[in-house]
Amino acid sequence: MNFTLHIWRQKNTSSDGSFVTYEVEDIDSDTSFLEMLDYLNEKLIEKGEDCVVFDYDCREGICGTCSLVINGHPHGEKKATTTCQLYMRDYANQRELWIEPWRAQSFPIMKDLAVKREPFDRIIQSGGFISVSVGSAPEANSLLVNKDAADCAFDSAICIGCGACVAVCPNASASLFVAAKINHFEQLPQGKIESKKRAQRMINQMEQEGFGSCSNHRHCETVCPKEISVSNIATMNNLLLA
Amino acid sequence: MQKFNSNVPTGPLEGRWEKHKFDLSLIAPQNRKKYNIIVIGTGLAGASLCATLGEAGYNVQSFCYNDSPRRAHSIAAQGGVNASKNYQNDGDSTWRLFYDTIKGGDFRARESNIYRLAQLSCNIIDQAVSQGVPFAREYSGYLANRSFGGTQVSRTFYARGQTGQQLLLGAYGSMSKEIASGRVKHTSRSEMLEIILIDGKARGVVMRNLITGDISSHVADCVVMCTGGYSNAYFLSTNAKGCNTSATWRAHKNGAYFANPSFTQIHPTCVPPTGDSQSKLTLMSESLRNDGRIWAPKNIEDCDKNPNDILEENRDYFLERMYPAFANLVPRDIASRALKSICDEGRGVGSIINDQRLGVYLDFSSVIEKMGADKVKEKYGNLFDMYKSITGENPYEVPMKIYPAPHYTMGGLWVDYNLMTTIDGLFACGEANFSDHGANRLGASALMQGLADGYFIAPQTVANYLARGKFEKISNDHPEVKASIDAVKSRIDKLMNAPKPEHSPDYFHRKVGSILWAACGMARDKKALEEAVESIKKLKSDFWQSIKVTGSDADFNQTLEKAGRVADFIELGHLMCVDALDREESCGAHARLEYLAESGDAMRDDENYGYVSAWEFNENGPELHKEELNYEFIKPTYRDYK
Repeated sequence: MNFTLHIWRQKNTSSDGSFVTYEVEDIDSDTSFLEMLDYLNEKLIEKGEDCVVFDYDCREGICGTCSLVINGHPHGEKKATTTCQLYMRDYANQRELWIEPWRAQSFPIMKDLAVKREPFDRIIQSGGFISVSVGSAPEANSLLVNKDAADCAFDSAICIGCGACVAVCPNASASLFVAAKINHFEQLPQGKIESKKRAQRMINQMEQEGFGSCSNHRHCETVCPKEISVSNIATMNNLLLA
Repeated sequence: MQKFNSNVPTGPLEGRWEKHKFDLSLIAPQNRKKYNIIVIGTGLAGASLCATLGEAGYNVQSFCYNDSPRRAHSIAAQGGVNASKNYQNDGDSTWRLFYDTIKGGDFRARESNIYRLAQLSCNIIDQAVSQGVPFAREYSGYLANRSFGGTQVSRTFYARGQTGQQLLLGAYGSMSKEIASGRVKHTSRSEMLEIILIDGKARGVVMRNLITGDISSHVADCVVMCTGGYSNAYFLSTNAKGCNTSATWRAHKNGAYFANPSFTQIHPTCVPPTGDSQSKLTLMSESLRNDGRIWAPKNIEDCDKNPNDILEENRDYFLERMYPAFANLVPRDIASRALKSICDEGRGVGSIINDQRLGVYLDFSSVIEKMGADKVKEKYGNLFDMYKSITGENPYEVPMKIYPAPHYTMGGLWVDYNLMTTIDGLFACGEANFSDHGANRLGASALMQGLADGYFIAPQTVANYLARGKFEKISNDHPEVKASIDAVKSRIDKLMNAPKPEHSPDYFHRKVGSILWAACGMARDKKALEEAVESIKKLKSDFWQSIKVTGSDADFNQTLEKAGRVADFIELGHLMCVDALDREESCGAHARLEYLAESGDAMRDDENYGYVSAWEFNENGPELHKEELNYEFIKPTYRDYK
């Protein structure tokens, strides 16, 4: 398979960027999307050029490091998938690929396709935890948790913090990310105690970081690689009203 | 340097940790803020340690190479975490978990360490639940358990197939709480490139900012490495791409002994590689072997056929044939070795890579027939979906293909009972140390060990070290600090300016990986290992002659990051082969072909090799120190899976 790649190249946060076009040839259909970029970088090294910087780590869809907007879609068009889980056979009908970083003011571009997602860490630091210290935990089975609640908590807790929800949102809102964490703890008796304060703190932090608010476009749940539902946002808003 | 002494307490096994804790010195709460501790790595061990030290009131500086602490590779652990709660009333106990772990490790680990691990396991679950880790539950609201990795009791706690993720996010949450409190100061996207020793003590680190390329020194009263394992030495492994040995290797070159480097675990059920562009391998849960039947074609000419067209009588269910008692459920190392030998015979299936097909079938057709597709879907649906998304093939219709892949490294920095390396003030926790898994790790015990080290052991032993020492303030102008910075800069300079730049870091990484995979993988022998030692020596010299790094070192440069890591993997690879050569026995995951029983089982030699190999770095070649293992409480037995 042959592809024409238009890749966003940008030296650093303060410089201007632009698309640069590359051709890659003879790509096997079982090659993953990121391996295709590895291949391009090997070619760039051969030519003595600086490689395209892009984020990746586990390459199995769980660490949340990889990003990329591919032909306008964060993590590509395929549903419930991170970029690292895309294969070139998914692009059998396309010859031209536009590859961009996450676009959001709160996620400044570091270089090329890599952005800074530290605002997510600071949102968690503002309250995305249960305030328990090591050593003070009671015997685990002294705290019973309704199975449905535990399953519901799990469905929210699987957020990988990739930031696709922000990248796709017209408001660059981090509401889905924030709401998933809030709802995870809200479902559990040991987390519920701090729920309201947690929600207030995390939302304040989200606003301070410059993320927008939710206005119900619901694009976030469509691109979320873990299919986290926007109903989490409703739970979050209810907590604020309560 | 601290003496090479395991510092294992004496007395009854059950009371050793309690007694030891009482003997450790403490630091009063109001004094803790005067102490500075550096933690490298934020996986389960690092994040849990940062959280605990922060809560206690110490000043902690932490670093990770990822863009957030939450992304460390612990996140990818699927199966679960063991604890001897005995919730299922099936006869589990601290003693049984201890015994299973030490037997699983084929009697190449310390009794005292493992007993402590088993004792602490229960508290880990309490801790995680209180943090909001959403473990699986019964309808009654109580915690659920499953049996995992062939054990006879149900002691594994799990959060679907994402236990590592949930435990790491729990530890990351607690660590974030301490970052907010100001007691933990964390820096992401930074890589440790050197350790600073002053008067023989670890007093700091040199870090490279991965965005700007800035090199900076950070001093403290002690350093803890929680930097994970080195499976990526093989290039293709189930580890995240960034996992590396650089921090542990810097420690080793500065005097920390490296223990049992050849003890690496190769997992049988991974998605096979499909071509030369393959960058990593994906693990599929071992639970698939509970119902799937593993086979290869009997005849080489069938290997490229559609498996559904191969007649039943032409299929070789080789594990069932070779190991009738345990069949498809033989331990990981035996299964992996059998798979490899089938492919080496030329009876592998799937893509041809270097003239060989690397794969065998894992077939669910009979179980689909028996249970129905719906039941199979309920049980294995997410794994089948994952397989389909990677390979494009539907396992409900065509048998899956599997091939082994490096997965976990039992070897690591040698540590004493206090988790301190042979460098004073340098500690190692989690997969980075060698301490608890002997020659083979049992399923669902990696998460347990990382968290036991980080939440419960290191916080106590680090405090003891600080309480007993005197720590002069070190300035960043100290000559040793400057010398360490200079060493880092000159190494980067060498990487950027090789005499004849020609090959990329990945080129060399694949080379060292294929040497190790062939000679120091699932089956090893003297001749191949000796050849590998020589090939790696040559590769090392080729590397420094012709490594080609483009771009600038004063910039975000992933090529430079890789080059530095590959240089260290090459040196570690050499040590892995030297260690494998020394150990003229088969034990655990280490199978020396000359020392296998006819049945294929390992032939351990407790009399001559009942020791931990602790290697000291020496410019003239590694020097072996032996820590003899004494079994005071249990009697080593031999396993038999026929």
